[in-house]
Amino acid sequence: MSTSIENTSDLSDTEAKKQILLQTNNLSLRAGERQLLSSISLTVSTAEIVTVIGPNGAGKTTLLRLLLGLISPDSGSIYKKPELRIGYLPQKVTVDPILPLSVSRIMSLTGKYSSRQIENALEETGVSFLKNKPVFQLSRGEFQRAMLARALLKNPELLVLDEPVQGVDYMGESELYKLIGNLRENHGCSVLMVSHDLHVVMASTDRVLCLNQHICCEGQPEDVSRHPEYLRLFGLDTGKSLAVYSHHHDHTHHLPKILPGDN
Amino acid sequence: MMILDDFFWRAVIAGIGVALVAGPLGCFVVWRRMSYLGDTMAHSALLGIALGFFLEVDLMLGVFAVALAVAILLFIFQRQKQLANDAVLGTLSHASLAMGVLMISLMTWVRADLMEYLFGDILTVSLIDLYWIYGGGILILLTLHRLWRPLLAITFDTELAQAEGVPVIRIQLVFMLLVAAVIALSMKIIGILLVTSLLIIPVSAARRLSQTPEQMALGGVLIGIASVVLGLGTSLQIDTPSGPSIVIASVLFFFAANLFPLRKFQ
Repeated sequence: MSTSIENTSDLSDTEAKKQILLQTNNLSLRAGERQLLSSISLTVSTAEIVTVIGPNGAGKTTLLRLLLGLISPDSGSIYKKPELRIGYLPQKVTVDPILPLSVSRIMSLTGKYSSRQIENALEETGVSFLKNKPVFQLSRGEFQRAMLARALLKNPELLVLDEPVQGVDYMGESELYKLIGNLRENHGCSVLMVSHDLHVVMASTDRVLCLNQHICCEGQPEDVSRHPEYLRLFGLDTGKSLAVYSHHHDHTHHLPKILPGDN
Repeated sequence: MMILDDFFWRAVIAGIGVALVAGPLGCFVVWRRMSYLGDTMAHSALLGIALGFFLEVDLMLGVFAVALAVAILLFIFQRQKQLANDAVLGTLSHASLAMGVLMISLMTWVRADLMEYLFGDILTVSLIDLYWIYGGGILILLTLHRLWRPLLAITFDTELAQAEGVPVIRIQLVFMLLVAAVIALSMKIIGILLVTSLLIIPVSAARRLSQTPEQMALGGVLIGIASVVLGLGTSLQIDTPSGPSIVIASVLFFFAANLFPLRKFQ
C-alpha cells in the first residue's frame, strides 16, 4: 500500500511516510450567478483528522460532494490516491417508518459481509445491542454510531463525515467525537469532517479549515481560533467558546446528573 | 385450457398476474414516496390509449410508451430543480389526460367506451392479454430481482448509494420503465384511474405485518391476490366495474390490517 508520491523529496523522512490520500487544486463551482466555492486547495494525508468549519451556506457539504465525485467542479482538479477506500456519512439520512429496515440490514446494502463482521463493527461503535432494531426507532446518536459501523465495514482509508454530531445531545456529542478519534487510532484511517460547531470539534482535530466559499484560514485548531478571519466569521463570542473548549473537562461535572441519554 | 375460455377466470388469472408484480414493485413506489408519480403516469395512460388507436398498435404498447415518456420528462424536470415536484407532476398529469381525451374525441371513427378504460372491464381480458401479463410480468420480476439491492440502497439514501458506487441514474430509469410496464399491464383489469392502487394499497396493508422489506413485498402480493379474487368475484356477482371492486377489496384489507390494536410498527 505504499504508492510513492513524486514531489516529496524536500520533505523530512517522517513527513515523506505520510501519504497524500486526497488533494484538490483550485476547485471552483458556481450555480448560476452564485459562486458556491472558489479556488479550494486542500490536502488530506494518512491518519489525520481534518475538520472543515464554516457558517451555514458556506459550501461545506458542497465541498464534500465534490470530493466524493457526486458533482463535478467547474474548474480545478481533484487527486485521489488510486483505489482510495472512502467511508461516507451523509448529513441527513432519514428513514421513513414505512420502510422496514433493521440495523443489521442497512450494514449490507451495498456490500456483502458476514454477520460476524457486522457484529464486530457495531461492537466497535458501541451499538451491537441495536443489531435487530428497526432503523427508524433509533435516536440520532444511535443512528450515527450505526452509520459509522457501516462505514467501517468498507475498511476505509478515509472517513468523510458531514456534520456527524448534528442533532445529538451535548454528552453524546463529545462521546461521538471521542469515538471518531478512536477509530482513527485503531484503523489508521484519516477523517475529513464538516462541522458548524466550534469548540467541541476543535478538541478532536489535527487541522482546521475555515470555509466561507473560499478557505479563509487553515492550520492547527489553536492558531485558527485566533485568526482574524475566523473571528470575523464567527464573531467575538468565540473567545468564550474557546474557554469552554480548554476547560471542557472541568465543565462536565457541572451538568445536571440526568441528561437525555444518547443511548 | 378450458378454464381460459371463461372470461371470468381469464380476468382472475390476469389479476393474479398483475398482483404478483405489483407487490414487489409497489413497495418501492411507497418507500420512495412516488405514489403521485404513479398516478401521473397512470393518467397519461389515456393519451397512450388514444395513440394506440391512432397508430393502430396494441393499446398496452401505447400506454407503456406514453407512461415511460412522462416518467422521463419528469426525471429531466426533477434534475433541473426549477419547479416544485408536485407542480411538475400535476402539470404532466393533467396535460396528458386532457390530450388523451381530446385525441379520442377527435378520432370520430373510434367507437370506444371510455368507462371501460377508466375503470377496467373484465369482459375485455383476452388470451393475448394473459400472454402479455405473464410474459411481461416475468420479465419485470426478473429485472426487479436484479435491482432489488441497489434499489434498496438508493431508497435508504441516494447520495450515499451513489458515493458507494451504485449507478443511481441508470437504476432509477430502469425502475421507471418497470412502473410504466406494470401500469400498461394492469390497465385492462383495474382501469386507468385506479391503476396505481394495486401498487400502493396492498403493500401499505402489509406494512404492519412485516419486519423486512421482503416480507412486505410478499405480504403485498398475497393481499393483492386476495383483493383481486374478492373484487372480481363481487364484480361478477353484482355486475360492478372490476377496477373499483378490486380497489374496495384491497382497502378493506388495509383497514383490517391497520385497525388491529397491534404494537407499533416493528
